[in-house]
Amino acid sequence: MNDLLSNYLPIVIFIGLSALIGVALLVAPFLIAVKRPDPEKVSAYECGFDAFDDARMKFDVRFYLVSILFIIFDLEVAFLFPWAVAFGDVGWFGFWSMMIFLGVLTVGFLYEWRKGALEWD
Amino acid sequence: MNSDITSFASLAPAFPEMLVAAGAIVLLLFGIFTKKERANGVAMAAVVLLVATAGIVIFHPAQGVIFNGGFIADEFARFMKVLVIGGAAFALILSLPSSRQHQLDKFEYSVLVLLATLGMMMMVSANDLMSLYLGLELQSLAAYVLAAMKRDSARATEAGLKYFVLGALSSGMLLYGASLIYGFTGHTQLDLIVDQIVMGERSIGLIFGMVFLLAGIAFKISAVPFHMWTPDVYEGAPTPVTAFLASAPKVAAMALLVRVVTVSFAPITSDWQQIVIFLSIASMVLAAFAAIGQKSLKRLVAYSSIGHVGFALVGLSSGTAVGVEGVAIYMAIYVTMTIGLFACILALRTQNGAVEDIAELAGLAQRRPFVAAMIAVLMFSLIGLPPLAGFFAKWHVFLAAIEARLFVLAVIGVLASAISAFYYLRIVKTMYFDEPVLEYAAVPRELTAVMGVTGFLVITYFVTVGGPLAAAARVASGSLF
Repeated sequence: MNDLLSNYLPIVIFIGLSALIGVALLVAPFLIAVKRPDPEKVSAYECGFDAFDDARMKFDVRFYLVSILFIIFDLEVAFLFPWAVAFGDVGWFGFWSMMIFLGVLTVGFLYEWRKGALEWD
Repeated sequence: MNSDITSFASLAPAFPEMLVAAGAIVLLLFGIFTKKERANGVAMAAVVLLVATAGIVIFHPAQGVIFNGGFIADEFARFMKVLVIGGAAFALILSLPSSRQHQLDKFEYSVLVLLATLGMMMMVSANDLMSLYLGLELQSLAAYVLAAMKRDSARATEAGLKYFVLGALSSGMLLYGASLIYGFTGHTQLDLIVDQIVMGERSIGLIFGMVFLLAGIAFKISAVPFHMWTPDVYEGAPTPVTAFLASAPKVAAMALLVRVVTVSFAPITSDWQQIVIFLSIASMVLAAFAAIGQKSLKRLVAYSSIGHVGFALVGLSSGTAVGVEGVAIYMAIYVTMTIGLFACILALRTQNGAVEDIAELAGLAQRRPFVAAMIAVLMFSLIGLPPLAGFFAKWHVFLAAIEARLFVLAVIGVLASAISAFYYLRIVKTMYFDEPVLEYAAVPRELTAVMGVTGFLVITYFVTVGGPLAAAARVASGSLF
């Protein structure tokens, strides 16, 4: 039990140290920085202009949809790499497993295509 | 690592799952490539597919452990799979007449139910912490979408979101527990974990892992104190979806719990027994009191289902083969009663929409005598009055508790059962002794058929299905010990 826990000592020290430095850097400006605020300094900065509107605006849900769809196929490729490297070891079982996986993914792709998720308008 | 799958024939134990998976994909492709929306046709095809799968499970069972120990097909899995498939098929049939009102007339609905069923079959057959999680997530993700299927309804989307957030939390706890168990035993396979526990001493880290794992599963079976999501989700989700959520997933999660504790944690029974006894008592007592104040029929059913999970856990608390047999019988009867009850709830419609308040049931016996009689029978069965099925369900689990000398648990269970009689009987009183206020719409044929079948099974349990069911449950629990 103690052996097991002592294996984690470096990471505990690391977490403690990074927390300490992080907090110190956040707290230090409050204590030692020179503070002379004026209206120009504290207003929002947007390329030299006055801010046009609130930064918290609504944006089209389709951005979100496209990014979700992208991630699925991005992860698929991330999954294909180790499979390709280990191809000699995984054999026919590995081959067919991946083919079924790709097949299921293709069905999902057909679904989103037919449902019009890939059309912008 | 070499695989134990050398030919197509060696996949035989997983044929039912493969059939459901292939069927779900084919129905999805059919749905997207046909011009006209044929939602009820797809639902009917899904029911046929589920019946065929149940046929394979019942008549051509292939047993064995495949996928390098990840998947097991034994008698226990067979029994629970039949319940899961039956619950899903009946829930689909219940959704047919009112799919338009509940905005479930999309082919995705049936495909999602099939995928959830596939996940549940995987949960029942999981023999490894990883395949267990895989099945659980497949079931949960499909269920989240089902709960939020009625997109224009604020209540349904709230239910879906709440279900998703709390479900994700419980999955996180379960995974954390699984990682601790793996860390302290070096195995994820259930039957190898037990060897490791027998050899080594019982370490505190393993106990922590087991507690987290049990907490995650307790969320899924909605045992107190992890039940908070149940009333809100059951109330907000479309009623046919609630019927599905209240029946099949409970069975699958209960089967998962039974397999994990009896296979992996058999040497530390006294440790998990405490947790299960606590969950059981808390569920029975809280449900009995909390349901009294409910005005919505669906919330009442939610609390009732929490209570029934508590009663089923009484059987598991004993940690014996008799107890597991009791759990199996209890879940079979619970699914039957739940499906029948939701058939009745879905049958209660006026011209303006669904009836969901208990007060609106007033005088139902004069307007719709058959539906009222069915509800009354199911209420008496849920209380546990002989000679109805609910009595025998409770009889088996309490018997197991008494044999395991858990007298306090059994007494509390009987008392909670007596308290819960109050709110069940109040519904009967409202239906039979209050003046009618509403005009009810005609009852669809499918619902009458489901009510008739479940009512028949519940009333004649002792003379018809009782014997074979108990025998099958004994064989099922025997395969775990």
